[in-house]
Amino acid sequence: MAEVATTPLPNTGFDLRRQPGFGAVAMLCLTILYAPILVLIVYSFNANDLVTRWSGFSMSWYGTALTNAGFYAAARNTLTISLTAMVAATILATLAAVATTRRAPFPGQGAAYMVINLPLMVPEIITAVATLSFFALLAQWFGLSFGIGNLILAHTVFCIPFAYMPIRARLEDMDLTLEHAAADLYATPWATFRRVTLPLLAPGISSGAALAFIVSFDDFTITQLVAGPGQTTLPIFIWSQLRRPITPELNAMCTILLGVSILFVSLSFLIANRRKANP
Amino acid sequence: MHGQAPGPATVAVNSSDAPAISIEQVSKTFGGGADMVRAVDDVSLAIRRNEFFTLLGPSGCGKTTLLRLIAGFEHPTHGKLLLEGVDISALPPYQRPVNTVFQNYALFPHMTVAQNIGFGLEMLGRPKAEIASTVDAMLKLVRMEELKNRRTSQISGGQQQRVALARALAPRPKVLLLDEPLSALDFKLRKDMQIELKRLQSETGITFVFVTHDQEEALTMSDRIAVMAKGKVLQVGSPRDIYDRPAERFVANFVGDTNFLSAEMGSFVASTGSVRLPSGVTLSASLPEGGVRSGKVTVVVRPEHARLTAETAGKPLTGRLENTVYFGTDTHYHVRLISGEPFMVRMQNTRDQVARFAVGDTVGIELGDAALQVLRD
Amino acid sequence: MSEASDIRSRQLLTLPAVAVITLFGVLPLLVIVVYSVLKPATYGGVVWQVTPQAYVNFLFQQDIIDDTLHFTTDYLQIFARSTLFAALTTVVCLALGFPTAYFMATRPPGQRNWWILLITIPFWTNLLIRTLAVMLIIRDEGLLNDFLIWLHAIPKPIVILYTDTAIVLGLLYSYLPFMVLPLYASLEKLDFRLVEAGFDLYATRGQVLRRIVLPLTKPGIIAGSLLVFIPALGAYVTPLILGGGRHLLIGDLIAQQFGSGRNWPFGCAQALILMAMVLVALWFYVRNATGRVQHG
Repeated sequence: MAEVATTPLPNTGFDLRRQPGFGAVAMLCLTILYAPILVLIVYSFNANDLVTRWSGFSMSWYGTALTNAGFYAAARNTLTISLTAMVAATILATLAAVATTRRAPFPGQGAAYMVINLPLMVPEIITAVATLSFFALLAQWFGLSFGIGNLILAHTVFCIPFAYMPIRARLEDMDLTLEHAAADLYATPWATFRRVTLPLLAPGISSGAALAFIVSFDDFTITQLVAGPGQTTLPIFIWSQLRRPITPELNAMCTILLGVSILFVSLSFLIANRRKANP
Repeated sequence: MHGQAPGPATVAVNSSDAPAISIEQVSKTFGGGADMVRAVDDVSLAIRRNEFFTLLGPSGCGKTTLLRLIAGFEHPTHGKLLLEGVDISALPPYQRPVNTVFQNYALFPHMTVAQNIGFGLEMLGRPKAEIASTVDAMLKLVRMEELKNRRTSQISGGQQQRVALARALAPRPKVLLLDEPLSALDFKLRKDMQIELKRLQSETGITFVFVTHDQEEALTMSDRIAVMAKGKVLQVGSPRDIYDRPAERFVANFVGDTNFLSAEMGSFVASTGSVRLPSGVTLSASLPEGGVRSGKVTVVVRPEHARLTAETAGKPLTGRLENTVYFGTDTHYHVRLISGEPFMVRMQNTRDQVARFAVGDTVGIELGDAALQVLRD
Repeated sequence: MSEASDIRSRQLLTLPAVAVITLFGVLPLLVIVVYSVLKPATYGGVVWQVTPQAYVNFLFQQDIIDDTLHFTTDYLQIFARSTLFAALTTVVCLALGFPTAYFMATRPPGQRNWWILLITIPFWTNLLIRTLAVMLIIRDEGLLNDFLIWLHAIPKPIVILYTDTAIVLGLLYSYLPFMVLPLYASLEKLDFRLVEAGFDLYATRGQVLRRIVLPLTKPGIIAGSLLVFIPALGAYVTPLILGGGRHLLIGDLIAQQFGSGRNWPFGCAQALILMAMVLVALWFYVRNATGRVQHG
């Protein structure tokens, strides 16, 4: 490891790490990444109804957005799908992570690991059409359809690996000896899990759940192809608004969505980092 | 103090004469085929009750694996483990009335000192009042009362060590296992804890099984020692036996400083015999268990059982003084014998000894009574 | 618990996650393999007759009148364009991302966390919205044109939206964080004492960068490149919003077959061809990665 724990000496002039121009490029990248988003946000407060010609500050578009019936319905759908997928994915990922980390691999663990990470490797459009075809097949052959459950299942699939990663990372930081100590002190495996593993794993689980939620909340490609009538989610609703003349109401809606994503990312990040400070 | 039954599956006491731990021909192998590792190789031991028993050996000798087998974190590939006469080989750790003090303490970071100590009793379903009073008693035993409600991440290494001890003792196990618990402590603290552990063992009457690679620690603390190497037990005995009468080359070398001499076996009867040194001098020597054959043998002599003299005529050993190392209380004299073998003599620094021998001198070496021990081949 | 039952219970714990993904992730992939050799039904869906027509259509077009097959490059062009764009995006992201990641990795630890958070946020925000934001800027009445006109730099709006440029810009914007984060992970582990050694042995900054830092960061570079190339290859949202409905890239070409194109088998075939390309890229990664476990 490169960490050398010393108090830094005063800079005597030659910073061996500095590469000329890299700082400027970094700033450029930040600008590139945030400029469009910031513009979007700023113009959501635009008083008039032309999207990118500024005429004054106003919060009215948020009012319109929040009272938009379509927006509301879509929000309800999204929350239903994403919260369910989050819970399901987090539970499944936690079980799998506990079983596959910090131990010698069991027979079939390599294959299991590949399957769990599969959704990350396959481009979304392929997953989308595959899922669509699959549910169509189920409907055609067995008359089977789960309604909005179709979407929930599809979301759960790609949420699992996103929940799995932070949980696994947190587990690997945890000393297995602690669980041994608990067993040594008469705790059954279930008691060990409840009293030792779970409390210490909680930050990883929260982080994983937050990520799973965001990924589901933000999904467009898969949802658009798989969703049936009445299953509009927020991203799809926004997409449908693009057909009409664009007003700052759209900006407002987008900003609300961005706000939710940023909130959850920051939460996930802070939880993970706070634990790093006190393991 | 006895009579409480730890472990969700109460281990019934079979016979009051049975040793605390009986290890019967236990082997533990990892991996298979060409990569197979024999961590523990056909070990049989009987550890007595109320004994401070030490497993001593270099890293990789299997002592920690053996400890884990007793605790239940590994299952033996062959053989049986008995606790007070009852076969526990298949029991999981949480059903064995055995507790462990781990090398890195393994204190639960999300619990306070008191919660840590009371954890075992909590798992056993003891009533809250009993847990509270036992925790207080334990804190008093290891002298940590004022740290009762601290988080374990906020106390020092030495304090963590004592909390780990208290936690393992609180459920009154039949056997306490200690996995190199003092290795992370600095010198002074380690010495203090050695005395502390000895005191705890005799006060509680619980059998202690102690693992260490530090032979000095083993000698000072143990009632009996088992010296291990490469998965096998080479010798079991009191510290005195191990030190004065090492049965094997490895044991002689590992415990304390030793000199090795080649000699010819002379006559022998029971456990004593005589050996002839290359100089022609014949001396009496102790024999190992299992006897010896005639012919060439290796003899060990502890450095403190030899004395340097200026005269060389008729002495058992003669040679040239190559180096002297001063240690304050004594001096080590490194001699190159005529036969070519090295020999170290340790003599206390008394007033009249100062600077009697200089590097380059030809010296003679006298050997004390009962100084020679013949090694088993 | 014996070792065998311990293994059993661990397998059981992993089973639900694996089962769900197998059932609703792997099985669907098998379904499209099957669908790709069936006949399209009139209003979408399939008719259960086996035919290689979908794959034929990829390369050949049937003349309506005399039923002869003419080789067509229409679809090949789209796939080639996607590959080109994906590669271009990867290279530019690398050029921008590497200095950024390096800069981040050489900040003091407290500052570093902020940088990570800043780069992470766009990574997790809605791709649709981010692409929308780009669209709003580059369209004819958008901010960029307004600004340039206000500066009197141009007389009338430049058409950027719905061109190739728009798509490349969109791809760049979408996938830049995907490049920076793995690069950062790699650079953070770099032992700067090696850089020190390089300077000690008379290397210049440029040489240290080229001969020491870059080779050691190779795993991160490969990981980041893959993380950009593969999604960019199959990008859907970007061409959808910035491509103006002309289905210029693989992603929305495939989607079209399931929408107005009404040719599900054809879409499945295209999806499988895309999958094959992705597998080739992955194989390349596995060959070049330095023996690490798949996910760091």
